Amino acid sequence: MSGVLPPVIVGAGPAGIRAAERLVAAGLRPVVVDEAARWGGQIYRQPPEGGFTRPKTALYGFEAGKADAVHRAMAAIRDRVDYRPRTLVWNCEAGALDLLCDGGSETLPFSHLILATGATDRVLPFPGWTLPGVFTLGGSQVALKFQGCAVGRRVAFLGTGPLLYLVAYQYLKAGVEVAGVFDTTSFAAQARATPGMLRDPVTLAKGLLFVGWLRTHGVPIHNGVRPVRAEGAERVDALVLRDARGRERRTPCDAVAFGLGLRSETQLADLAGCRFRFDEADRAWLPERDGAGRSSVPGVYLAGDGSGIAGADAAELAGERAALALLEDRRLLVDGARVRELDGRLTRIAAFRRVLNAAFPFPEDWADSLADDTMICRCEGVTAGALREVARSGQAREMNRAKALTRAGMGRCQGRMCSATTAELLSRTLGTGPDGVGRLRAQPPIKPLPIATIIPSPQGGEGTDDGREVA
Amino acid sequence: MRERIECDVAIVGGGIVGGSAALFLRQAGLSVTLLERDWCGAKASGVNFGGVRRQGRPLEQLPLSQRAHAIWGRLPELLGTDAEYIRSGHLKLARSEPDLASLIDYRERSQGFGLGLEIVTGEEFRRRWPALGDRAIGGSLCPEDGHANPRLVSPAFARAAAGLGAVVREQTPVDRVEKEGDRFVLLSGDDLEVRARFLLNTAGAWSWRVAEAFGEPVPLESLHPNMAVTEPLPRFLDVNIGVEGGGVYGRQVPRGNMVVGGGRGFALDADRARPQRDAVLTLMRDAAELFPQLRHAHVIRCWTGVEGYTPDRNPIVGPSRTTPGLFHAFGFSGAGFQIGPGVGQTLAELVATGETAMPLEPFRIDRFQPTA
Repeated sequence: MSGVLPPVIVGAGPAGIRAAERLVAAGLRPVVVDEAARWGGQIYRQPPEGGFTRPKTALYGFEAGKADAVHRAMAAIRDRVDYRPRTLVWNCEAGALDLLCDGGSETLPFSHLILATGATDRVLPFPGWTLPGVFTLGGSQVALKFQGCAVGRRVAFLGTGPLLYLVAYQYLKAGVEVAGVFDTTSFAAQARATPGMLRDPVTLAKGLLFVGWLRTHGVPIHNGVRPVRAEGAERVDALVLRDARGRERRTPCDAVAFGLGLRSETQLADLAGCRFRFDEADRAWLPERDGAGRSSVPGVYLAGDGSGIAGADAAELAGERAALALLEDRRLLVDGARVRELDGRLTRIAAFRRVLNAAFPFPEDWADSLADDTMICRCEGVTAGALREVARSGQAREMNRAKALTRAGMGRCQGRMCSATTAELLSRTLGTGPDGVGRLRAQPPIKPLPIATIIPSPQGGEGTDDGREVA
Repeated sequence: MRERIECDVAIVGGGIVGGSAALFLRQAGLSVTLLERDWCGAKASGVNFGGVRRQGRPLEQLPLSQRAHAIWGRLPELLGTDAEYIRSGHLKLARSEPDLASLIDYRERSQGFGLGLEIVTGEEFRRRWPALGDRAIGGSLCPEDGHANPRLVSPAFARAAAGLGAVVREQTPVDRVEKEGDRFVLLSGDDLEVRARFLLNTAGAWSWRVAEAFGEPVPLESLHPNMAVTEPLPRFLDVNIGVEGGGVYGRQVPRGNMVVGGGRGFALDADRARPQRDAVLTLMRDAAELFPQLRHAHVIRCWTGVEGYTPDRNPIVGPSRTTPGLFHAFGFSGAGFQIGPGVGQTLAELVATGETAMPLEPFRIDRFQPTA
């Protein structure tokens, strides 16, 4: 029965909006489901409506033009899409999504589905990371963009990746004192990657500008660091690091923003039945997709950071490309020249992405330095030592088993936050390599489901012994 | 190069029954090889609701259930862990006079099995369980029943057996099983051949395959009990709760999370199942009705598993009717967790001594065959 239902897009960030735009242009009326109250995704998140008047240049800096274009694109098609903001997709089952919106659950059947679910910070703990005042990079950026507030008065930035310098720069521009930028990547690795960066001189220029701006404002920048601990009684008051020479450095601060890249939100793809593969660049299991965004499940398409980290520009292109694939699969005419153009640009971005990954490599030894008492899964209070123990004793050789035995990944976040670390710890302890410990199976609900808001329509009884207690 | 293992007993399936049988066989001094195609205790034994409950079982199960009860009392000594097992009591609620009458009737009929059931109604019921408010007119309490964490208990049996010298092989599916003379021969791919004098078929929902290989077809159906758990909440409940007439059951773990169950999930394939949306929503509604404390809580995870059900909802336990040396124990129909170790011990007894005092007649494998 393909083609009888309107296409459904999950996510209204750059990928979802460009996908919707392309489908509308083809005369379809897609459903756009998004958790946020306003469109834009995380990267182009808009402030709450009413009372906020900061200009886009202040909110998005260099990306103001792109942010504005994406916002306008959605505004232009607003009347021709079935737009569902503030809506959580909590399950995907048998060709339908389960939505939670304004205190009710609704089942939305689909024949064609574009998942543009985006990404969150990849959180890799270090001692003291659960202290108040320690934030992820993305979280601290959202605070600035969405709420117009800083996470602290004197903020230390820790981790690696382009976002590290970007957010530090944004904080400095917003008038916040930046205590330092501490990059886990060695200076040598970054220097080696610089020639490759010339493939995208604009991005390189921006990066250099951020660094230059930070330096001229007296912000210390250190490469090749490893976190030792965040210190503080009630709240973080210092960040202690080991520098490239092995010396400990203590930096007083009242907030830390840290992050080691991003992780894709893949749960829906998993529940939709998509096949997964291990991606070396992202150090993560990702749903398989072809160049056009088709998953292994007919009718399910993947676009943007939700199925592999490539950034906002790539997300816009991939969203449109997935929409074109959907149209092709529905036997609708598409513009071949546009398809070729998108494919070419996506290929170029992918090549540059490899350069960026080389410039900001994942610190593979991160898990080794974690003390046994470091909290890994804060939902359930599971320590590094507990995970190492089940691995060393032979009780757990993969993620789901470790979860069953230790509870890591069993709490409110269902492993969305802790599973990257759990995988690092298990694989380093077992010596398997990052792809050797499998991945957590997604389970509904994808995010916590408030019982009060669920008023199901009465179902007919099946006449089975359903009510018997099980064990 | 195929590895060959010779032993007294081969066990197919490392759940709570196979794992406990392996443990007791080692205690009796027999050599054991346990083959598990996934991880021990990862299937129904490890993902069930976690109720450790005798109350409400058919009377014919109570001897085995009582036997298991004694084993549950010795977990730390047997397994080196208490696996979060608590003798909290199991309270079965009655929402109407007829339901209460049927609880009273069960208490009468189960006299002599030692459950120590206590009927509590009216003022006293509300005084003892104020959290349950007025959604029940009374209940039947089995004070020594309780609950445990199945994810910890079930793997621990196989692990303890391995600690006593059982050969436990996980990720080892059995592809072929046959009898050559007085030896059972089990093959796992080209890697492993196990030869044994005895064979225990404790493969849960997949046991029908082994039974069929020995000419004993059984009408075993796979079903998928639906579970959900909330975020941790303030403690309001210490007993494991069931309801006469069914619908929903629940327990609060010491950490504060409320585990509830009811309804059915659906099969993804022969090996995997998922919670079903309508069952999840109905379960949430029913649970909130029974426990108003849940009304403002979140469900953080739903799950289900694959469990073998028989037509009469009693398990198949005992000797094969076609093949000497083969013993079956499966088809617990969603109620195998508590009774499991008692069944494992009985299988070990049958192998080691050739007999048992346990009345196994109701659990004969051939009871579903049309009588000629």
